[in-house]
Parts: sequence; C-alpha cells; structure tokens
Amino acid sequence: MSEIVTKAPQGHIEVRNFSLSYDSIEGPVAAVTDTQIHVNPGEFVSIVGPSGCGKSTLLNAVAGFLKPTTGIVTVDGERVNGPSAERGMVFQQYSLFPWKTVRENVEFGLKMRGMPRSQRERAARTLLGLAGLDAFEKHYPEKLSGGMKQRVGIVRALATGPKVLLLDEPFGALDAQTRVIMQQILTNMWQRLKISVLFVTHDIDEAIFLSDRVYCMTARPGSIKAEIPIPLERPRQQSMMMSSEFLALRRGLMSLIREESLKAMGGEINDMGMQGLNIELHGHSLADVI
Amino acid sequence: MSSPALVRHPEDSMPAIAEAGPAPGTVPPATPPSFGTVALRWYRLNRGGLRAIAIGIMSLLAFLLVWHLLTTYRVVFFVRFTNVPSPLAVYASFTKAIHDPKFLLHIVLSCRRIVFGFSLAAIVGVPLGLIMGRFKLVHEIVFPVAEVLRPIPAIAWVPMAIMLWPTNEQSIVFITFLGAFFPILINTLHGMSLVDPVLVRAAQCLGARERSIFREVYFPASLPHIFTGLTVGMGVAWVSLIAAEMISGQYGIGYFTWEAYSLVQYPDIALGMIAIGVLGLGSSLLIRGAGQLVMPWRLK
Ligand SMILES: Nc1ncnc2c1ncn2[C@@H]1O[C@H](COP(=O)(O)OP(=O)(O)OP(=O)(O)O)[C@@H](O)[C@H]1O
Ligand SMILES: [Mg+2]
Repeated sequence: MSEIVTKAPQGHIEVRNFSLSYDSIEGPVAAVTDTQIHVNPGEFVSIVGPSGCGKSTLLNAVAGFLKPTTGIVTVDGERVNGPSAERGMVFQQYSLFPWKTVRENVEFGLKMRGMPRSQRERAARTLLGLAGLDAFEKHYPEKLSGGMKQRVGIVRALATGPKVLLLDEPFGALDAQTRVIMQQILTNMWQRLKISVLFVTHDIDEAIFLSDRVYCMTARPGSIKAEIPIPLERPRQQSMMMSSEFLALRRGLMSLIREESLKAMGGEINDMGMQGLNIELHGHSLADVI
Repeated sequence: MSSPALVRHPEDSMPAIAEAGPAPGTVPPATPPSFGTVALRWYRLNRGGLRAIAIGIMSLLAFLLVWHLLTTYRVVFFVRFTNVPSPLAVYASFTKAIHDPKFLLHIVLSCRRIVFGFSLAAIVGVPLGLIMGRFKLVHEIVFPVAEVLRPIPAIAWVPMAIMLWPTNEQSIVFITFLGAFFPILINTLHGMSLVDPVLVRAAQCLGARERSIFREVYFPASLPHIFTGLTVGMGVAWVSLIAAEMISGQYGIGYFTWEAYSLVQYPDIALGMIAIGVLGLGSSLLIRGAGQLVMPWRLK
C-alpha cells in the first residue's frame, strides 16, 4: 500500500463553465448547460439525475469522447482533449471484446502500452485473482454472467493504473443481489487504489451508499441542481441503508429527483396524472380514492 | 503506472471479491465413468445431429431411387427423362473417369482457377473493404464504381475478359475473381459498418491508437461478416468459373460437362454436374472450417 499512499495525490477532475450541445436539423440541442463539478483526488463522486438530463454526455466529455461546446475539462490541471489510458472507463453494456478471452481483455491496456507478453500475462492473472475471476481467465466473455462481465470490465479499466475511473451506470443491467456485491467490490478497489471515481447512476441508494459526494442534475438541458455531501462513515455496511441518517439523505435526494423527473416528462403528464401522483404522495393508493 | 503496485500486493486479500468468486471445493471427487455411461451421454448430447445425419442419408437415397425410377421407366410428363442417364450409368462412367487422367486434369484445372481467382478476390476484397469502412474518402471514391460493376453477371464479362487478357486461362481466372470479389467486398464493408462504437471507445480509453484499434477492434469485429462474404464469394466463384469454362475453356469441369453434351455422352453430363456440386460443397466446407479456426470465440 505504501507505494500508492506516498504518491502525490492525483486524479483531480475539474469541469468549469461546461456546456455541450448536439447538432441536429433544428439547430443545436443543448444537452448540458452551465455546469461546474469537481472531483478531489481519491474522492468518490456520483452524478444522479432524471433520464436524458445529460449525465452520459458529461461523463463522455470527461473521458474525452466529446468536446465541450463551452468551458473546459481538466484532470490534474491538464486539459482533456481526447480519450487516454489515464482515464479508465466502465460502460453499462460491459463492452468487453468478444474475440478476446477474459485475460486478454484485461491485458489489453498493458499491451497497448507495450508491456511484454509474459509480464502482462502475470499482471492480468494477479488482477483477475483479486477479482475472484482466475478460474475464468480462458473463457470468452459471452459465457460469463453479467456480474462477472462487469467485474472484468472494472479490472480491465484499472489494469493500466488510471488516475481516475469513470463509470456510466455500470450496474444498471444487473439484478439486485449482484449489484450489491459489485458495489462492494468497487468500493474495495477504490479504497485500495486511492483512485478518483466519477460514477453515473440513476439509483439513489447506490449513489448514497458508494459516494463521498453526490451531484444531482436538473432535467434537460442538464445543469447541477444540488451538491450533497454524504457524511456516512466508512467502511459502509449494507445495514447502514436502514439508518435514519441514510434514509434522510435518501428522502432529500429523492424529492430533488422527483421534481426534475416530473419536469423532464413535461407535457406528457396532464393534470389528472399529476393529481394521481400527489395522492400517492400522501400515502393513499389511487384505488382508495376512486 | 500504479497497476504494478496493485500487482505487487497479491497477499492482501479482498474478502468481498473472494466471496463473489466460485465456491472452492464444490467439484465432487471424480470417479471415472464407465464406457457405457459415456456413450449414452454422448448419444444424448448429439441426438439432434445424429438425427439430422440419418434423415439426410435417407433423403439422398430417396433422391437416387426417384432418379432411378424416372430414368428406367423413361417417364415423360412435361419433362422428358428419355435421354437422362440413370444413376447406375452415371456411376459406371464415374468408375471409368477416375482412371482417366484427362478427367482428373479437368478437375485439377478447375480447382486451380478457383484457388487463384478466389484467393485474389480475398486478398484484394477484404483489405479494400476494411479500408473503405474506415476511411470515408476511399469509400466515396470506390463505392460508386463497385455498385455499377457489381450487378453485371460474370457471364456477361466473358467477351470483355477475352479481350482484356492475353491468355484464355487468365481471362477465366479473372472472371472467377470477379464473381468472388463483390460478395467479399460488400460483406466486409457491411461488417465494418456494424462495429460497435462502444468497443472502439473502450479501446481508446485503454490507450489504443488508430492502428491498434484497426487491428484489435475493427478487424476481429468484422470477421464474422468477412467469412459470410468468403462463403458467398466461393459460391459465386464456382458459378462464374463454370460459365466461363463452358463458353471459352478447353479444360475444366465446366468444359467437360458441355463437351459431354456435344459428344452425346449423356452420363458424363450428370457426372460433370455432380462433380461441380461436390467440389462446391467441399470448398464451402473448407471456408467454414477456416472460419471456426480463426474465430474460436464463436464456437458454441
Ligand atoms: N448524439 C446525439 N445527438 C443529439 N442528441 C443527443 C445525442 N446524444 C444524446 N442526445 C440528447 O442529449 C440529452 C442527454 O443525453 P445523455 O445520454 O447524456 O443523457 P443521460 O442523462 O445519460 O440519460 P440516461 O439516463 O437515459 O442515460 C438527451 O436528451 C439525448 O436525447
Ligand atoms: Mg446515460
């Protein structure tokens, strides 16, 4: 561990005056406007927000896949202009290379860096061992369960030793039990590597459970509606999710998101629909009223 | 740079991760199963395949039987079987032909033309398709020409090919090449257009540059479609070859078949046809086998 701790703190993400519009026939469509976020070295930060508010857009800009329309993204003071192995990324669709075995997938970044075969094989084996995947090193991804695939995805992104890890709804396609295990694994790896994490999710519990800080975004065009520090102690246990502290945080975030989600759905919900939602809010079901 | 740091500390255990792994020691102690149970298991696993083989054999036998009956009774019912050789006559001419060096030469020459024409088509078509899929300008330049030439059937190329190439042999190989080329090119292009952009992104943020992305992502991702192109291309190559041989050849199995008709050697017509069928089948099996070798991740 000492080696990592003594290293100068790295992975400071800074997004300033950021906006991004997509071009369309009707002219530019603003996806994200006037956004400032930052991730301190070693911090775990989540972004939550209603569907289509621009979370992926923001993350992809930090990864370097998209150029900001205005503003600037920097990591450790250096401007981001293009993807790089310094910023590891984990995708919701796993995106493992189907033609590579599990081990070859994990080796990929090291191979790109020019590490000799025997050395990177050893490194990949060790990493897979840590993730409990050593028995599957020769399997092709197709044969793995979703949870295993995503473990490989995380290990692959971490293998090159990036400064920051970006995750876009990485557990969105997993069942509840697998999700919990994956959250624990991610927490473990994050604590061990002291890496900065920017994590996009639409699961509020997940965001609170994992993060040091949570950004809540507004409906499209997205901007930061609120920044919520999560003062829960670490290490965190599943049982914490029942604590009053957790539940208070959850209630707060929930109402923020609900407001924005309703805005996002906009005209689709007429007055009757709104009434229905309000009634439910007061603890009655729709059936009781009718 | 910190990954070696992680690598150097395998002794730190990560309980949560270990939990998620497969439970050790769940494999029951192995007692070698008896031959009978193994055979039974093998039968159960391969029942579908065995059934298909059995039915396939029976349907081929039925085909032969119908053919035999139609020709021995010289049935005339819209189509005329009066002059059609019976399976036994074809078999007799087959036993004669396999001892005839001339017949074997026909086959060898046809195969050689296929090998040259098809290989050339693959060597040009696959890289061109990959490059067209990656570089828009090349696509914009090549695609219109390809689209105009593609619908022209190989047989329509025969006169032009004879004018273009100094020898007959070259023009036949050229026509075979053309037949295989377009399916290979179009399918490679199609494969390139279907490459998942997220995989390209994944490679990019693992530090891959243009060349590596091409080699490690675009090429393997397109392979299934490349092999579809090769399979279709092989089929069209045979079609084109036979047409060319019938018109302008002096050798080759297509020429053999046409010559048999001119010489009123009716059993040889059927023999030539069957030889073409078997050769075509064999070459597409070869390609399928190559595909399985090259794409082990697609094995069931
Ligand atoms: N390539 C594009 N061209 C035009 N509009 C786009 C494009 N990509 C995204 N958008 C729009 O930009 C907005 C933000 O998209 P983004 O994918 O960042 O949202 P998100 O918050 O990640 O949504 P989700 O929760 O569904 O993943 C959406 O309304 C989307 O329709
Ligand atoms: Mg998204």
